[in-house]
Amino acid sequence: MSTFIQLTLFLGSIVLFTPVLGKYMKKVFSGEKHPLTPVFGWLEKGIYRFCGIDSQEEMNWKRYLVSLLWFNLFGFVIVFALQLTQAWLPLNPAKVGNASWHLALNTAISFTTNTNWQSYSGESTMSYLTQMVGLGVQNFLSAATGFAVLIALMKGLTRSVTQSLGNFWVDLTRAVVYVLLPMAIVFALFLVSQGVVQTFSRYTDVTTLEGVKQVIPLGPAASQIAIKQIGTNGGGFFGANSAHPFENPTPLSNFLEMLALVLIPASLTYTYGLFIGSKKQGWILFGAMLILLCVGLGVSLYAEYAYNPALHIAGSMEGKEVRFGVTNSVIWSTTTSVTSNGSVNAMMDSLSPIAGMVAMFNIMLGEVIFGGIGSGLYGMIAFVILTVFIAGLMVGRTPEYLGKKIESFEVRMALIAVLAPAVCILIFTALAVSTQNGLSALTNKGPHGLSEIMYAFASASGNNGSAFAGLSTNTPFYNVLLSLCMLVGRYAVIIPMLAIAGSMAGKKITPVSAGTFHTDNGMFLILLLAVILIVGGLTFFPALSLGPILEQMLMHTGITF
Amino acid sequence: MSIRDKKQSQLFTIKLLVPALKGSFVKLNPAKLIKNPIIFIVALGAALTSGIVIKTLLAGQFSSFDFQITLWLWFTVLFANFSEAIAEGRGKAQAETLKKSRTQTKARRLINGNEQTVWATELTRGDLVVCEAGDVIPADGDVVEGISSVDESAITGESAPVIRESGGDRCAVTGGTKVLSDRIVIKVTSEPGDTFLDRMIALVEGAKRKKTPNEIALNNLLLGLTVIFLIAVATLPPLFNYYTSITGTASSLSMTVLVALLVCLIPTTIGGLLSAIGISGMDRLLQKNVIAMSGKAIEAAGDVDVLMLDKTGTITLGNRMATDFIPADSVSKEELADAAQLSSLSDETPEGRSIVILAKERFQLRARKIHENDITFVPFTAQSRMSGVDIKLPDGRTRSIRKGASEAIRKFVQINNGFFPQNVIEKVQELASQGATPLVVAENNRVLGVILLKDIVKGGIRQRFSQLRSMGIKTVMITGDNPLTAAAIAAEAGVDDFMAEAKPEDKLARIRHEQALGHLVGMIGDGTNDAPALAQADIGIAMNSGTQAAREAGNMVDLDSNPTKLIEVVETGKQLLMTRGALTTFSIANDVSKYFAIIPAIASGLYVDANGRGVLSVLNIMHLATPQSAILSAVIFNALVIIMLIPLALKGVRYRPLSSNKILAKNLLVYGLGGLIVPFIGIKLIDMLLQVLHLV
Repeated sequence: MSTFIQLTLFLGSIVLFTPVLGKYMKKVFSGEKHPLTPVFGWLEKGIYRFCGIDSQEEMNWKRYLVSLLWFNLFGFVIVFALQLTQAWLPLNPAKVGNASWHLALNTAISFTTNTNWQSYSGESTMSYLTQMVGLGVQNFLSAATGFAVLIALMKGLTRSVTQSLGNFWVDLTRAVVYVLLPMAIVFALFLVSQGVVQTFSRYTDVTTLEGVKQVIPLGPAASQIAIKQIGTNGGGFFGANSAHPFENPTPLSNFLEMLALVLIPASLTYTYGLFIGSKKQGWILFGAMLILLCVGLGVSLYAEYAYNPALHIAGSMEGKEVRFGVTNSVIWSTTTSVTSNGSVNAMMDSLSPIAGMVAMFNIMLGEVIFGGIGSGLYGMIAFVILTVFIAGLMVGRTPEYLGKKIESFEVRMALIAVLAPAVCILIFTALAVSTQNGLSALTNKGPHGLSEIMYAFASASGNNGSAFAGLSTNTPFYNVLLSLCMLVGRYAVIIPMLAIAGSMAGKKITPVSAGTFHTDNGMFLILLLAVILIVGGLTFFPALSLGPILEQMLMHTGITF
Repeated sequence: MSIRDKKQSQLFTIKLLVPALKGSFVKLNPAKLIKNPIIFIVALGAALTSGIVIKTLLAGQFSSFDFQITLWLWFTVLFANFSEAIAEGRGKAQAETLKKSRTQTKARRLINGNEQTVWATELTRGDLVVCEAGDVIPADGDVVEGISSVDESAITGESAPVIRESGGDRCAVTGGTKVLSDRIVIKVTSEPGDTFLDRMIALVEGAKRKKTPNEIALNNLLLGLTVIFLIAVATLPPLFNYYTSITGTASSLSMTVLVALLVCLIPTTIGGLLSAIGISGMDRLLQKNVIAMSGKAIEAAGDVDVLMLDKTGTITLGNRMATDFIPADSVSKEELADAAQLSSLSDETPEGRSIVILAKERFQLRARKIHENDITFVPFTAQSRMSGVDIKLPDGRTRSIRKGASEAIRKFVQINNGFFPQNVIEKVQELASQGATPLVVAENNRVLGVILLKDIVKGGIRQRFSQLRSMGIKTVMITGDNPLTAAAIAAEAGVDDFMAEAKPEDKLARIRHEQALGHLVGMIGDGTNDAPALAQADIGIAMNSGTQAAREAGNMVDLDSNPTKLIEVVETGKQLLMTRGALTTFSIANDVSKYFAIIPAIASGLYVDANGRGVLSVLNIMHLATPQSAILSAVIFNALVIIMLIPLALKGVRYRPLSSNKILAKNLLVYGLGGLIVPFIGIKLIDMLLQVLHLV
């Protein structure tokens, strides 16, 4: 019963906040006046003036892309350099040393791609300076990058016979100034009120009740945690992430941290609906995402509460935070996997095989169930384009979306966006299980080990960042391969989607008629779901059946790993 | 021999089957096979497993399983080739008919007024040739001198001769047709080997077939899916090795099994049938006696959402007809009819004839014999704007009967000191406002009444337009009539919009306007002045009876010169696209069942329980007998489904004019859901059969 109430409360809040935030973001990105214009307008203009940005300049897709890539490269270099030199830089009370080259590479890519895969444990590897200036700043900017790509795509889909997709710097600045920053400030203050630490003082030594000496790591956590949740980043301040009491102290903080995960990606569907002039289509995409989320939640909850024949218990608490219980752990694990966030409040490794598979499959679908900021929706639009192409033919017309013809260029680009991450997951998993470097990192053997490896590559390729744990990935082998996955997962989607935006912007808009393939009804919703599940399913069914499905079957015969 | 006669012919006849079977093997040539990458991959797989079979044979062993898989893989390739060959064969059969008319002919070339006999192939553009009764016209051209009746049955299949004359819209003649009467001089408009007939034959044979834009896009999608399946299959051996290294059991994964899995997963069904669908689209148009200049044009036809239709011939029955007599006060209807008939006796226009007929039908008035000397016909002139007769009566008086536009008749009676009655004026205005054409009849100084001439809207056309509307296609009627008349006919026919007093340049402007709004426009035309509009339209269908200029400008030619054809062309285009979509959906949906057949089979050796079954055999929901039988069944199903779907690919998905939502729902149910379920049943049945026959 309480499970049901918590679920309703959670899902209800998402539905409730989506139009509110969605409408606000529409105003922000189309440059209309909104409540925060007077508050932060000076900052926006100041940034333009300081950086010498001409906010009126229009960019074609190539210029937009090049600006984006240079900007991300610059961010990468800073984070990379900070980690390699942090021992000699200030704000390092815990005196952590410089990171290894491969860890620095992995972390820098991880944070610039909005993945926040952490091969390290925050408190023992990163200085306060690295966390704040490097990682914290990227938490904002990587999320804002996702925003910008989506905004450009929306413009491409709605404009007709033009080259211009808006201005990257303007979209980026607005995302930070009007959306991410205000939300992060409010949320950080709230977290501090709940007891999340925010201090520059050094770690404290205490003696526990059992008389053991323990170092309690502290730090400027609240501000980091706020943006890690809101920006679908997920990189925790502490290694235990949101299972750590200093990151997530109360049931209320837990609830709001969960909500914060999904809020912006969900609201963007509404923004999208407003942009394309059809709120209904926005809701259809929202509906598709919500249904997939609910199915995932349902299966996971069932799997967790089901009788475990190996342990002879149901609702196993192993690996879960006692403060939150099974339901909240499952909601979190499902939500974090779908939103490309990757923060955790329980250890995925300890989930039942099927719940673990749901989390993994959510990521494998390309992080389109709400997904990361911007990236979730533009990934979803890649699926929409494929759906329109396959099903649109069946009404006897060249397929079109929003009045624009889907031709071979768009099909090619959408396919790359959907399939490139999948290719990475499959190839690197195969590579890892065939090499000593890959296998030596495993702590579990058998199908569970395979799941751990597969999850790591899925997480990196999907720019999710959560880990199944149980896999020691801070090795040159994994750091480099995972970095590659993160790059492909990010840019092999961004580049084709911006290309689609560019080519769609140049097309004419065919007026809607009775012969038009409709993308605003229940039938399209079902079709879209079918295409997502079939494409994802067909790609990963063999691999998943050898991993989690096999493990689940073995669990029933009493073999565990 | 008409092309249309073949329409009724069966999909497969022995005459078609034998060359198609031969063609299936000829197409195994790798250079040809690579044009269809998906089937090429199947062929590579088949070659690989063949190698394995041969290698084991050389080692003195024989695996019946490997052999059977190999056999069925080759069948898959052959079936796909067969579908293409039979589609081409049907086109070729039709091209044969055309080729017969391209026999080597001699031409009488005119040089400076002197005739010179040369081979038709030596003619070049600009040459003048003379043709007389019995001659075969040697090349495409325009008549520059004379008039003649021409038998064009070689091209159109229509046996009735057509008139071809110099000047005007009926000057184009086609090489290969036969002059039946008189003498004409033709100016050649084509280069040798590139005549209209040559191009038609090439198109019909599919020799010059290029992939259409949508076909390319679909091919991209299929290739993308193929790549991902290739990777999903290629990464299986490492995953299996991981387990075998842990459990120490031998891997149950052989190269043959991997190839089988790959072939089952990649979209071979649609991949194999794609080109057959494209070829048969052209073929189906040809059965409707329309020749598309490119496959691209047929595709575009499916997208057309605005149709520009000429009123005359398409919407109305050619010409205005007399439908009623409305007498003036104190004149009987019969008297009016009598006068009207007399005035029209020599009027050979369709309108005039319809007046004579109407009077005959209504009042049994027959054409009377009046002595030739007593009657003078007054023909219609542009100045008088009326026509009629002057009849000398025995008493010496003259009956001057005139019919014409009300203005002209008013002048006529006023000259004769008569007056134009007010109620006739009112009647004329009322009728004109209803879109009819009133002709006033007068005798000397008396106005007798009004003949009502009306455009007769074709039966069933209204329903046709409402179907088009439900398909999302807007119809625009083009007419030279005044706006009032046009509006009335438009309302009666149920078109969405009309253009009155339309000049050719208005047509062109309208097409550009619609295109600027994002519409795709289809139109049909014949005259030289239609050429710019035909070229501008997304689908321009030129009537075969039209000028060479119009035929060159359009991207389709309607051999029947029937303006309603435009609608059928649009339907064929839609059907083509629907067939592609339906088979793609079917093909992808099929994969689900194939996974459930093959994955449990290949994982059967993993973590074997006490009963000797692998734990993953839970996924064997079809309860297929053995792993080998499961894999073989899937491969066999995959091959057979191509053969089973060839008729559908050739005939196209059934098309009904419904809204997109209804069409989608219907097709999804049949091809989407059907595609999910059918293979489960099919594979299970094949598996049972294999068991009965002890094949594995």
